[in-house]
Amino acid sequence: MIELQHLEKKYVNETSGEIFYAVKDLSLVFPDGKITALLGPSGCGKTTTLRMINRLIEPTGGQILLDGQDIMAQRPEDLRRQIGYVIQQIGLFPHLSVVQNVATVPDLLGRPRAQTRERARELLELVGLEPGQFADKHPHELSGGQAQRVGVARALAADPPVLLMDEPFGALDPLARDKLQEAFLDIQRRLQKTIVLVTHDIDEALRLGDRVALLTGGELAQFGTPNDLVRHPESEFVRQFLGEDALLRQLAGLTAAQLAQPGDATGLPQISGTLNVRSALSVMLGQRSDALAVLDAHGQVQGVLTWQALEEAG
Amino acid sequence: MTVARAAGTRRPASARLLALLWPALLLICLIPGVLSNLFAPLSAGIAPDTGGRPLWQLTLIHLQLVLGAELIVLLIGVPLAVFVTRPGRAALMRLTETITGLGQTVPTIAILALAVPTLGLGLPPTVLGLVLYGLVPVVSNGIAGLLAVDKGVLDAARGVGMTSRQRLMRVELPLSLPVLMAGIRTSTVYNVGTATIGAALGAGGLGSLIINGLSQQNTGLVLIGAVLAGLLALSLDALLELVAPGGR
Repeated sequence: MIELQHLEKKYVNETSGEIFYAVKDLSLVFPDGKITALLGPSGCGKTTTLRMINRLIEPTGGQILLDGQDIMAQRPEDLRRQIGYVIQQIGLFPHLSVVQNVATVPDLLGRPRAQTRERARELLELVGLEPGQFADKHPHELSGGQAQRVGVARALAADPPVLLMDEPFGALDPLARDKLQEAFLDIQRRLQKTIVLVTHDIDEALRLGDRVALLTGGELAQFGTPNDLVRHPESEFVRQFLGEDALLRQLAGLTAAQLAQPGDATGLPQISGTLNVRSALSVMLGQRSDALAVLDAHGQVQGVLTWQALEEAG
Repeated sequence: MTVARAAGTRRPASARLLALLWPALLLICLIPGVLSNLFAPLSAGIAPDTGGRPLWQLTLIHLQLVLGAELIVLLIGVPLAVFVTRPGRAALMRLTETITGLGQTVPTIAILALAVPTLGLGLPPTVLGLVLYGLVPVVSNGIAGLLAVDKGVLDAARGVGMTSRQRLMRVELPLSLPVLMAGIRTSTVYNVGTATIGAALGAGGLGSLIINGLSQQNTGLVLIGAVLAGLLALSLDALLELVAPGGR
């Protein structure tokens, strides 16, 4: 569990003496085994907050507890080796092979080489890269999506309980981002890491976050489940930031298969179970039908998506 | 993006060919009689007298002088480039760049002349001149190479828990090596030429052929010294290119 207590980061302009708060009196608890999205417009302090957790930036006030321990109690290098870190520019080491990149942290921890290599190959498999094909490639031979997968594998290499991710999918094209987000959720379902994810992308926050912390001007605007933020915005800022189509955004994060219920599908328009619910809604409107037949990967009817189910979800 | 990526292609076959060609030519020229007979027409028909010392010996002295100076250059230049590129030393870095830049505008002969009164004749003032001259490209390329390391890569190196020393050894130096090596090549090649001037101070080497040739008005002798120094420079250049990192 990560606990921020009255966290503060202020910068003082040396010439004018002006004080600027990047983060101000921020108290938050990131629950274990969940993804918490730090969401907000640029300059809201979300990246600063993230970087204070692994001490890439030192706070000027308050404290951060990791499993009850003040993070200032350890050497920053030791702290960082226990926390996975993924950044937008990926930051793979261009002179090292994929497997060497993934093995970086276990190497720093002095683990036996053979064991580390074995683990690196397992992780490549986990993130969906065939080890035989990718292990000995260099970063410049990878696509953006593949490189980001390697970045995630590197962050997971020492099996840290906590993962910090700074706009991890930001530099990818929409298609690659979609695939990688799906793969990422799949991995998280298996590993149950405590993840802090910085994003400015509302869809991403609502789709990936079990919790969302919306920040503005270095302060917390609202913290809750995606549903809380969409259904019960606590302020005008939250409502405006999420937008009038917040409900649709939330639907976009669900697949038709998730909401399908058993029922009679005869004569209904058919959609694939992997289609997101926002698109399914569009099909309903287009076909003037208040129910759709949901097909599985083999083209078999697996259930019915009804207007009522949408109302309950949205 | 980064320098290392620019060197992503395989070394061309021509580089390997040159690394064979120039040293081979140099060795052929060192066979007794080859050059002196070649340039005999320029020395009034008589094979030029190289002063009793075989050419290979003079070349070896020259090579030792250059490589010895280069070793000192590396021992000073690389730590200096690393030192001034650490955070918070921007002013020191600019000062270093200015001084090294200035160093290159002062003629070697002036450095040598100034060094003689304090260091005497022979090896010490020559080595001093070679080191001062050789430092310029090594320090400036070292700085450029270290500054060119991608900021995202450095952030990741910090984020995964590398100490500043590990970042330097595992990330910054390997990534800046191609640029640094280019500086080392330049400085080595420069110094093959500069070292011939050292003969004026009695440091020996191929320069002594040129100086003797000039004083005896023996064009053949001058050419022997010049050709050997040229081939030595080309050989070192080609060999250093071959061992330079890259290709990743």
